[in-house]
Amino acid sequence: MSITVYVPCDSSAVSLGANRVADAIAQEAQKRGVEIHIVRNGSRGMYWLEPMVEVSTDKGRVAYGAVKTGDVASLFDADFLNGGAHALNLGLTEEIPYLKKQQRLTFARVGITDPVSVEDYVAHDGYRGLKNALSYSQADIVKHVTDSGLRGRGGAAFPTGIKWNTVLNTPSEQKYIICNADEGDSGTFSDRMIMEGDPLVLIEGMTIAGIAVGATQGYIYLRIEYPHAYEILNAAIANAYAANYLGENIQGSGKTFHLEVRQGAGAYVCGEETSLMESLEGKRGLVRFKPPLPAISGLFGKPTVVNNVISLASVPVILDKGGEFYRDFGMGRSRGTLPLQLAGNLKHAGLVELAFGATLREILYDFGGGSATGKPIRAVQVGGPLGSYLPESQFDTPLDYEAFSEIWAVLGHGGIVAFDETVDLAQMAKYSMEFCVEESCGKCTPCRIGSTRGYEVMDEIVNKRDLDKNIPLLRSLCDTMLNGSLCAMGGMTPYPVLSALNHFPEDFGIKAA
Amino acid sequence: MTQTNIIQIVQNIVADLKDKPGALLPILHTVQNSLGYVPPESVPTIAKALNLSRAEVHGVISFYHYFRDHAPGKKTVRVCRAESCLAMGGKALESHVKTKLGIDYHETTADGNYSLEAVYCLGNCACSPAIQIDNDVYGRVTAESFNEILTEQSA
Repeated sequence: MSITVYVPCDSSAVSLGANRVADAIAQEAQKRGVEIHIVRNGSRGMYWLEPMVEVSTDKGRVAYGAVKTGDVASLFDADFLNGGAHALNLGLTEEIPYLKKQQRLTFARVGITDPVSVEDYVAHDGYRGLKNALSYSQADIVKHVTDSGLRGRGGAAFPTGIKWNTVLNTPSEQKYIICNADEGDSGTFSDRMIMEGDPLVLIEGMTIAGIAVGATQGYIYLRIEYPHAYEILNAAIANAYAANYLGENIQGSGKTFHLEVRQGAGAYVCGEETSLMESLEGKRGLVRFKPPLPAISGLFGKPTVVNNVISLASVPVILDKGGEFYRDFGMGRSRGTLPLQLAGNLKHAGLVELAFGATLREILYDFGGGSATGKPIRAVQVGGPLGSYLPESQFDTPLDYEAFSEIWAVLGHGGIVAFDETVDLAQMAKYSMEFCVEESCGKCTPCRIGSTRGYEVMDEIVNKRDLDKNIPLLRSLCDTMLNGSLCAMGGMTPYPVLSALNHFPEDFGIKAA
Repeated sequence: MTQTNIIQIVQNIVADLKDKPGALLPILHTVQNSLGYVPPESVPTIAKALNLSRAEVHGVISFYHYFRDHAPGKKTVRVCRAESCLAMGGKALESHVKTKLGIDYHETTADGNYSLEAVYCLGNCACSPAIQIDNDVYGRVTAESFNEILTEQSA
């Protein structure tokens, strides 16, 4: 029997040379006449160890990393195919503390299975949620999701069950499920990891959503910056159709669900749900007024569920193990787990899925290992480009939607970007305004004009001109953007700007208030 | 490529895709994938097939950063300008890339080999700073490794 070797196809692993490593292993095996079977799995999310190669042994999977093409011959010499000792040997993958300390529910299979194999997916508890869902009434499926306490993981944290219930109870011949895969927040990559590492869990979640609310068509709106995810998703969808997990009469249930991937075109604002629907309809991605809610009048004017990748990918485990199982993780009104993405200046950047409630400090130091440069971490931006900058004094805040809201910060999509002491927060504030200039859809004045004026004022401030006049002007402008913008683009750009100003006034050339 | 050829290609794409719900973006993507850009002369054909005005089609093309109305270089280099990359020396890398290629954003090198664009996040934030050349993403890029990548790409 041939030995199975795993080399990730995840695009971050590939960005570090995983494809070349896979080729080198295949060639070396052929040269030595050894029969091996290479599986291109997702990433385990320990990116400082990528490309991380795993080998199946009697004791479990043994990891080696970070592997370069030049290491391959010596790995064969060290009998790595049987878990042999080598400088890069990391021991049993499951025993690596970074992984062992996590609570992986949504990411349970990522890095373990062949992402596009339905057979492998089913062998690892896949499609159990759908099986249960097919035996429940629509209302009972929605009830499980409501009971789980799942809130939208895209950033807005709206209760998923309530959204589904609205769509279920809005009569219409045609309804839609949209997966928002326009993961544009910098510092986030969990959606990408799911789509590249376990796309079938997303497909299953969307199918369950369709059955729950009576929608027969789903769209995954995927950002153009993710070409690998596009290929893997399409391969997984084709396999799901072939295995009758998509299409007509799914598994003989009489239920129908069709799924198609649509690509965005580089507009950050299309991650906003109404702008996304405009884009799917073939228009400029201008934000719509709400109401009407998308759940009542969404895509093409029909009732539509719009959920983030992680929200939908969390549905299968909820339907498999029950809403209560999921709800038992977490704290307060933040139930279940949140896949955190550790990014920027951290020694151990990667994916950490944990129940809500751990503190930022634990994440940054126990998991992240402190800064990559070895200098003190000075600021952390949580929740993407529209999230606040947090100073060291706030690192003990628990990761919980309400606790973050209390300190005027957001968890957003769970992205955590760390900066060392070389960061200039005034420059970062200026950058936030510049980003808003680039990405504003232009529909509302506070965002369109406010960001341009904000960029000009920040330019004055970083050059230390007329601070007495310009700082109050910046605050006033942020107030207008916060309260007057149509969506989070203009409405939340003040978060990074004002948090930088309030917590790091010295970078703006002023003394603390 | 002659104008007649371009129109022919666009007509075929439009005929294939025009009946999809919300067909405009899929059509524009397919046109850009085939030709490298969305030629202005293709706009009337697309508009007519979808029963839109030319202004509406032009409006959509110009709204999205990704669509372009002129031919790019043979390869497109995208440099991530987002926060995670900034935290890891993205600014210095950006300057290096511009100097090395001798162009600014939205420009193409004189030999027509490379176009340079900014991108806001490639989802490679655990391996910052990151760049993309066509569909290939590169992580933990330094000035030296960028030079090596260019040599590799030119080979």
